[in-house]
Amino acid sequence: MISQFFVLSQRGDNIVFRDYRGEVPKGSAEIFFRKVKFWKEDGEEEAPPVFNVDGVNYFHVKVVGLLFVATTRVNVSPSLVLELLQRIARVIKDYLGVLNEDSLRKNFVLVYELLDEVIDFGYVQTTSTELLKSYVFNEPLVVDAARLQPLSPAAIFMQGTKRMPGTAVTKSVVANEPGGRKREEIFVDIIEKISVTFSSSGYILTSEIDGTIQMKSYLSGNPEIRLALNEDLSIGRGDYRSSFGSGSVILDDCNFHESVRLDNFDLDRTLTLVPPDGEFPVMNYRMTQEFKPPFRINTLIEEAGALKAEVILKVSAEFPSSITANTIIVQMPLPKYTTRVNFELEPGALGQTTDFKEANRRLEWGLKKIVGGSEHTLRAKLTFSQELHGNITKEAGPVSMTFTIPMYNASRLQVKYLQIAKKSSTYNPYRWVRYVTQANSYVARI
Amino acid sequence: MAPPAQTNRSPSPSQPSGKSEVTDLKSQLRQLAGSRLPGVDDSKRELFKKVISYMTIGIDVSSVFGEMVMCSATSDIVLKKMCYLYVGNYAKVNPDLALLTINFLQRDCKDEDPMIRGLALRSLSSLNVANLVEYLVGPLNAGLKDSNSYVRIVAVIGVLKLYHISVTTCIDADFPAVLKHLLLTDKDAQVVANCLLALQEIWNGEASTSEEALKEREALLSKPVIYYLLNRIKEFSEWAQCLVLDLAVKYVPADSSEIFDIMNLLEDRLQHANGAVVLATAKVFLHMTLSMTDVHQQVYERIKAPLLTLVSSGSPEQSYAVLSHLHLLVMRAPYVFSSDYKHFYCQYNEPSYVKKLKLEMLTAVANESSTYEIVTELCEYAANVDIPIARESIRAVGKIALQQYDVNAIVDRLLQFLEMEKDYVTAEALVLVKDLLRKYPQWSHDCIAVVGNISSQNVQEPKAKAALIWMLGEYSQDMSDAPYILESLTENWDEEHSAEVRLHLLTAVMKCFFKRPPETQKALGAALAAGLADFHQDVHDRALFYYRLLQHNVTVAERVVNPPKQAVSVFADTQSSEVKDRIFDEFNSLSVVYQKPSYMFTDKEHRGPFEFSDELGNLAIRTESDVPVHVVEANDKDLLLGTSEKEESRGSGTNGSAYTAPLYDNSLLSTATQVQPELPISNPAAAGLSSQSSLAIDDLLGLGLPASPAPSPAPALPSLKLNAGAVLDPGTFQQKWRQLPICLSEELSVSPQGAAALTTPQALLRHMQGHSIHCIASGGQSPNLKFFFFAQKAEESSIFLIECKINTSSAKTQITIKADDQSMSQAFSTLFQSALSRFGTS
Repeated sequence: MISQFFVLSQRGDNIVFRDYRGEVPKGSAEIFFRKVKFWKEDGEEEAPPVFNVDGVNYFHVKVVGLLFVATTRVNVSPSLVLELLQRIARVIKDYLGVLNEDSLRKNFVLVYELLDEVIDFGYVQTTSTELLKSYVFNEPLVVDAARLQPLSPAAIFMQGTKRMPGTAVTKSVVANEPGGRKREEIFVDIIEKISVTFSSSGYILTSEIDGTIQMKSYLSGNPEIRLALNEDLSIGRGDYRSSFGSGSVILDDCNFHESVRLDNFDLDRTLTLVPPDGEFPVMNYRMTQEFKPPFRINTLIEEAGALKAEVILKVSAEFPSSITANTIIVQMPLPKYTTRVNFELEPGALGQTTDFKEANRRLEWGLKKIVGGSEHTLRAKLTFSQELHGNITKEAGPVSMTFTIPMYNASRLQVKYLQIAKKSSTYNPYRWVRYVTQANSYVARI
Repeated sequence: MAPPAQTNRSPSPSQPSGKSEVTDLKSQLRQLAGSRLPGVDDSKRELFKKVISYMTIGIDVSSVFGEMVMCSATSDIVLKKMCYLYVGNYAKVNPDLALLTINFLQRDCKDEDPMIRGLALRSLSSLNVANLVEYLVGPLNAGLKDSNSYVRIVAVIGVLKLYHISVTTCIDADFPAVLKHLLLTDKDAQVVANCLLALQEIWNGEASTSEEALKEREALLSKPVIYYLLNRIKEFSEWAQCLVLDLAVKYVPADSSEIFDIMNLLEDRLQHANGAVVLATAKVFLHMTLSMTDVHQQVYERIKAPLLTLVSSGSPEQSYAVLSHLHLLVMRAPYVFSSDYKHFYCQYNEPSYVKKLKLEMLTAVANESSTYEIVTELCEYAANVDIPIARESIRAVGKIALQQYDVNAIVDRLLQFLEMEKDYVTAEALVLVKDLLRKYPQWSHDCIAVVGNISSQNVQEPKAKAALIWMLGEYSQDMSDAPYILESLTENWDEEHSAEVRLHLLTAVMKCFFKRPPETQKALGAALAAGLADFHQDVHDRALFYYRLLQHNVTVAERVVNPPKQAVSVFADTQSSEVKDRIFDEFNSLSVVYQKPSYMFTDKEHRGPFEFSDELGNLAIRTESDVPVHVVEANDKDLLLGTSEKEESRGSGTNGSAYTAPLYDNSLLSTATQVQPELPISNPAAAGLSSQSSLAIDDLLGLGLPASPAPSPAPALPSLKLNAGAVLDPGTFQQKWRQLPICLSEELSVSPQGAAALTTPQALLRHMQGHSIHCIASGGQSPNLKFFFFAQKAEESSIFLIECKINTSSAKTQITIKADDQSMSQAFSTLFQSALSRFGTS
C-alpha cells in the first residue's frame, strides 16, 4: 500500500503528484529530492532506491531521467512498490508512445486519469494497458519521436543506461495512424546484455548473459501467438558454468510473463500466448554457459621515463563481417598524477573520438562503428606530475567497454518462428523479430 | 497546455502565486458555466487542464471550486474526470463547498453507464469530509450490489475509505459483513482482492478494541478461506496474488502433507516475471517449512535460481530489492550458495549500495575451496578507483581471513596491501593486520616485518594509527626501533587530535617499557606527563592510573597492563541473532532492505497487517542492546582490554564454557527483575536452578547475590503438574500466542553437554516430551535454533506456551512464556528450566 505517487523532473519539479491516503506530510517531494540530490556530501555514492526519512519510506526508480516516486509509512514489500513504479512508467509509455519529460507534461491529465485507475486508496488495482483502455478517455498528444532520437535503425536500442530501456516502437497503443486504420504488426525483440570479465592475461574470468524476449503487439482482435525457440534449448539448474561444449543452448534459469502458457514448452519449446496490449517481457533468461565474447581487448602499458608512460589499447571484433557494432565507448581510469594525455589514432581512422576526462582521470575512446573481424588501436602518451611509485598497473585500469550490436546474439537463443492464429487467409500482419546485444559490464583487467 | 516548466516548485517571485491567473480562470469558467454553445466542452477542457496544472505545481486554486462545480454539468467524461480529481483534492479543506458536489455525484452514481457510476462513487467516497458520510452509505450499498464489477471494485474500496472517515458509520452500516460475503462469492477476482485488503485493514484497526474483530481477523486465516483464495490464485492480477500470498504466510497448515499441497500449488509462481510475486511465494515456502529442516533446506535450493534471475533482469532498482533478500538468505545459509559465488562478483558499473551487499555476500560464502578465488577477486577491487568500495573490499578480505580458511595466502595478500602505498589501503590493511594478530598471534613474525617498514608519518587515519601503535606496543620486542617510533609519536602529542590514538599511545609506551625499559624510559616519562596534562578526561585518567600503578609496584603494573593474552577465537557479531530472526520473520518487507526489524523504523500503527507478535519486538530491543553491541564498542575503544574482556562477556566460543555459569545468573536475575519487578531479588527458585559449580564461582567472584542461595531449592511456589497427553493444534497455538501477554521472559544458559547434544532439534523435542512439554514447531539454522513448546496443566485446561531460542555455540537460551493462568507462570518456568537443564546430562 502506498500513500503518495509523484513524478519529478531532473530539476526536482513535480510533473505529476497524487496523494492517495494523506498520511505523509505535503512537503514529501521536496524532502525526497533533497535527500537524493545530497545523499553523500562528496556525491560519490548515489541514493539507494529505498530509504526512510522520519518514518516515511521513499521508493524511487529512474526512467529516462525522470524520478518515479512512491511514499508510504507502512512496512511494505519493496519489490512490489519498485515493480509497480516501473510498471506505471511502462503503462504511461504505452499510452504516450514516447516517455520523456516533454510528453509527460503535455499529457499530464491523461496520466492522472491513468493513475486514478491504476491505484485506488494506495492499493494497486490494475497495471494492464489492455484493461485500462476501457477506462481511460483522454487521447494522447503524441510528441514527435523523430525529433528526440537519432534515425539510425538501431537507435531505439541506444540509450546509454545499463539496463535495457523500453524498446520496440514509439507509437502509442491508442493513437491512430494518420490514415485511420491501424497497421497490423507485432514486434519481438531478443535483447541480451552481456557481462564479461577478462583477467589481465586475457582469460575469461566470468561471463553472463541476461536476456529478455520483449514483445509489443499492435494486432487487432487479440489473436493467439505461438513462439518457437531453439529445440535444443535446455534449462539447467547447474552451478555457475558447470556445463558447456555440448553445442546446445543451456539457460541457467528463466521466468515468464503471466500471459504465457507453457503447455508445450517441455515438448517442443514453444510458448503460447495472447499478447496483451502494450510492451511486455515474454520471457527473461539468464545464462552462464560459455560463449564467444564479441570483442577482445588488449592493453599494454609501458613506462617511458620517470614522468611518462604509454598506453596501447587494441580492440578486435570477433564476429562475422556482415555484422556491425555501433556506439562503442572504451574507458580506462589513469593514474592519479596524470596531467596530460596525447592521443594517436591509427591512420585513416574515421568516426573516432578521444578524450581525457581530467575530473576523474579517465581516458575515453569512442568509435561510431566497428565492422566484424576488424581491429582498432589507440595509443595514448601520458604525462605525470609526480613520479609514480610501485606498479603502474595497480594505478590504472581496468578497461571497460560499452557497445551495441544489432542483429547479433551471443547466446544463440533464437525465435524459430512466430505463428499468429489466422483470422483469414489474407490476414498477414507484419512480424518483426530483431536481435540486439549490449554490453552490461564488459571489463578487461590489466 | 502543460504545467509551466519553471524550475521553482512553490510560488515565488518569478511565479507570482498565480493570483491574477486564478481570478482570470474564475471569470472564464463562469462564462462557460451556463453556455450551451457547440464546442464549449473543448474550451472547458482547456480551462480545466489549466486549473489542474496549477494544482499540481502547488498553486492554491480552491477559490474556483464553485465555478468548477457549476461547469461539471456535462456529459463529457474527460471533463467529469478532471472535475472529480479537482473536487477530491479540495473537498477536505472546503467542506462547505464539498456539499455542492454531493448532488451531482449522487445523481451520477445512478447513471446508466457503469463507468460513470463507478467514477462518481469513487469521487464521492474520496471527499473525506466527516459530516458528509451520511450521503455515502446509500450509494455504497447500491454499489456493492451493482451488476457491473467495475462499480463493485470501486465500492469495496469506498467502504474502506468510509471506515477511515468514520468508523462507526462503516460498522453500523454492517459493511464488513457485506464484504465478507463478497469475499467468498463474488465472481470478479479484483472485487475479492479488494474485499480482502479492506477487511484486513478494518479488522486490524478494530482488533485492539474488539474481541469480535480479533475473531474475524482469525477467520480470514481459516482453512476454507485460505484454500478458496489459493485455488483461485491464477485468476488474480499479479498484485492481488501478492496479497493472497501474504495472507497464506500466516496460515498454519495442520500437517506436512498440507504444506506440500500448498507448495505444489504455488510452485509455478516462482517462475513469474514479477519479483514481488516470486518473493511473496518464497516467503510462503520458507515460513511453512521452518519446522522441517530438510525441506527447508530444499526450499533454499529451489528459490535460489529464480531469485538470481530476478537480480539480473529488470531495472537496477528492482534487482536491488531482490538482491537484498538474497543477501539475507546468504547470511542465513551461506553453504547453500557456496558454489554460486561468482554471481556476487561486483560489476564495475554497479551502484555502490549494490556492491556493498555483494561484498558481504562474498565474505559469507567463502569456504575452503573458494577462498583463494574470492580473495583474488576482492584484491582487484582494492585497487579500484572507487575508494569507499576499495576500502570495503579490503575489510572483506580481512573478514575472510578471520574465518580461518587458508589464512596463509590471505596474510600474504594483506601484506601486499601494505606495500601498495595508497593511504587508504594502508590504513585499512593496518586495522586488519591488527585484528588478524589478535586471532592468530603465530603470524606475528611475518606481519611485524612488514609493519615495521611503515612510516608512522604516512598513517593519518585514527583507527589505522591506533592499530599501528597497538602493534608497536604489543610486539615491541620484535621491532628494533619500536621505542624510538613511540618516542617520536609522544613528542608530537599535542598534534594528535584523536583521543583514541592518545589512549593507545599511553598503553603502548607502557608495554614497551616493560619489555625494553632502558630504551623506553624517556618516552614513558614524556607520555605520562603529556597524558596527565591532557584535557581529555579518559586520557588524563588513564595516565594517572598508570602513573600510580607504577608508583605502587612495577611488577603488578606489568600484570595489569600487559598480561599474557589468549587469542580471540570469535569476534563478536554486531547484530544479535534475535534481530536477524526477526528480520527473517519479516521477509519480503522493508526490514530486509534496511537490515532492521520493523519496530526500529515504523510507528506501531503502520507496522502492517497481521504482525505475528509485537512483544517479540520489545524483547528484541532488549537483547540487541545487550552484551554484544557494547562489546564491539568497547573493543574499538580499547584494544588492550578487548581481548580478554570480550571472551568473558560473550561466554562463547570453543573454550568459553567456563564463563557461562556466572554470566547466566547475572542475566537471569536482571531479566527476571525486569519482567517482574515484584519478584524478590534472591529468588530461590531461579537460583536453585544453577548447578553447584556455578554457585561456587558466584561466591568466589562475589557477584552480589545478597542472600546465599539455599542448598536445596525449597519451592515456595505452588507445585505444578503437567498433563502428559496434552494436545493443541497449531492454529490455536498461534491464536493464543498472539492474544496472550508475555508472562515471563528469561535468558539462561544450557549446560555445555546440553548444547553439544543439541545436534538435531528432534533430540530436544523427545527430551522435553518426557517432561510433558510438547513441541509444536521448531526451526532455525544451527547454531540458532528456535522452538515453540506448549504444556497443559494436569486436570485443567490451562495452557502454557513457550518460545525458546537456543544458540548452541554460546549455549545461551532465551525463553518467553505465555500462559492462560498467569499466576502459575513462575512455577512453570521453574519446571521448564529444570527440564531443560537436564537435557544432555540424563
